Amino acid sequence: MNNKNNKNDKNDRMQDLRVDIGGGLQLKNPVMTASGTFGYGREFESFADLDNLGAIVVKGISLRPRPGNPPPRIVETACGMLNAIGLENVGLEAFIKDKLPYLKGHKCPLIVNVLGDSIEEYRHLAAGLDQEEGISALELNISCPNVKKGGVAFGSQPGLAEELTSTVRQATSLPLIVKLSPNVSDIGAMARAAEAGGANAVSLINTLIGMAIDIRLRRPVLANITGGLSGPAIKPVALRMVWQAADAVRIPVIGIGGISTWQDAMEFILAGASAIQVGTANFFNPASVDEIQAGIRRYMRENNIDQLQNLIGAAKGGK
Amino acid sequence: MIQVKRQIILNESLGADIYRLSIQAPEIAAAAQAGQFIMVKAGMGFDPLLRRPFSIHQVEGDEIRILFKRLGKGTALLSKLNAGERLDILGPLGNAFTLKQPPCCLIGGGMGVAPLLFLAQTMLSRGITPHILLGARNKEELMAFLPAFQALGCPLQYATDDGSMGQRGFIIEALPPLLAKDNKVKWQVYSCGPYPMMRAVAAICHSKWPCQVSMETMMACGISACLGCTVTARNTNEKGGQYLHVCQDGPVFAADRIEWKS
Repeated sequence: MNNKNNKNDKNDRMQDLRVDIGGGLQLKNPVMTASGTFGYGREFESFADLDNLGAIVVKGISLRPRPGNPPPRIVETACGMLNAIGLENVGLEAFIKDKLPYLKGHKCPLIVNVLGDSIEEYRHLAAGLDQEEGISALELNISCPNVKKGGVAFGSQPGLAEELTSTVRQATSLPLIVKLSPNVSDIGAMARAAEAGGANAVSLINTLIGMAIDIRLRRPVLANITGGLSGPAIKPVALRMVWQAADAVRIPVIGIGGISTWQDAMEFILAGASAIQVGTANFFNPASVDEIQAGIRRYMRENNIDQLQNLIGAAKGGK
Repeated sequence: MIQVKRQIILNESLGADIYRLSIQAPEIAAAAQAGQFIMVKAGMGFDPLLRRPFSIHQVEGDEIRILFKRLGKGTALLSKLNAGERLDILGPLGNAFTLKQPPCCLIGGGMGVAPLLFLAQTMLSRGITPHILLGARNKEELMAFLPAFQALGCPLQYATDDGSMGQRGFIIEALPPLLAKDNKVKWQVYSCGPYPMMRAVAAICHSKWPCQVSMETMMACGISACLGCTVTARNTNEKGGQYLHVCQDGPVFAADRIEWKS
């Protein structure tokens, strides 16, 4: 694989995979990792080339450490999985002390996903991270379905989403991405609310709420009862929502949802995504981010595309 | 740990829907320690989606072996693999059993016996002869894995739930008499098997004999990214964490660290 890449180096230089995701942040390629599926980067150093990623989005950080939900937390479903991790994370202080130094040592932009129970908590997080070097952007998680309060209300009410975004906007000069939930009736309205609040980009979709029942024990499999569905099973839904969000806003849209192959990534880009995030695929194929990037490059070469940017939203025809 | 696609040498049907899969994986064989596991991708498609975790059952030269029972979609696909086909594996993952001064007792049931063979071989190579207790549902299941243990030449007791071979009942019943034989002796107990069995082993050993258990949970990645493979800790740790992650903190735990659920 490596040899093949080297041989094609000369050719590869002709493909420009750079994309802009708002707030002046340009990525060298559109392949990012989705929050909560790539740990804090180090977990994947044996499998993927971290320096070569478009960006790393790390596991969501809250002001204080969170233990997460009781087990069982995950279950496999047809072409997908349900999770109810409950935002287990090390908290802001430990993230800065223990995780950030390693991540700063890499060449790819670092995007920190943040989450809170209140607007005030989000503001504190943004202000705290704004002080740190080596962070390229923040992604506001307003869409986690697995915690009892907070997240999900911001993610389903446009007014609250706008208020939250504009408050955080004032606390940091970093580019702001707002990660949207698919568990809403009008995704366009949510994307517009984030844009109105001053977001530089929206990313979507987070997981779809689902559940599974153990027919032997006759009770829900997950201790949390419901969980977030992810994986290839949700890709068509995600693609539709990215298409709609791209129509609704002028800021860049980052596509997420079941992306497992380079073909999936290209569908999202053609639907209007300026970049994509790989999530669940990291679990079953930890090298998938590298493979997806190589595939996009090959597709461009074979189709004589010099600049990936020209393909963003190309499936929309004359838009 | 590495991700490799390696050739299958042999996929043996051992009866009772149990299979022993031998994979040519020199890098993993060289690094593997008893108690560690590998993640295996069953099939090429998205259903089943996730890799399956398997304890390393045996290491023989460049080969690693896993033992599995055909239960669901993933193991059904694995059972159909032939020698010469390639398998996508990650490993070796997780921690290992800690070897302590003998006497040592290994107690396993069903597919939980898998890591105990590798453990027993490791012990023998260091001059420790463990006492092995094995349980199975019936004769057919027992005979799928018993011969490999008999070949070690260690003291061995076994039981089947239906009494079709060996003692009738649960092998756990053989543990207290063994441990109580000589009160001055500090037994080390190592266990892997169904949850109720390990819970019973933990209860017998609690505060008397050191006991290590190998835990199994649903697991999406095996490399501490998904945080899905949690078990509840008996005491919150120094970081205030209430949960242990099987792939990262385990799969081997001191039995007293686990909050056993009834």
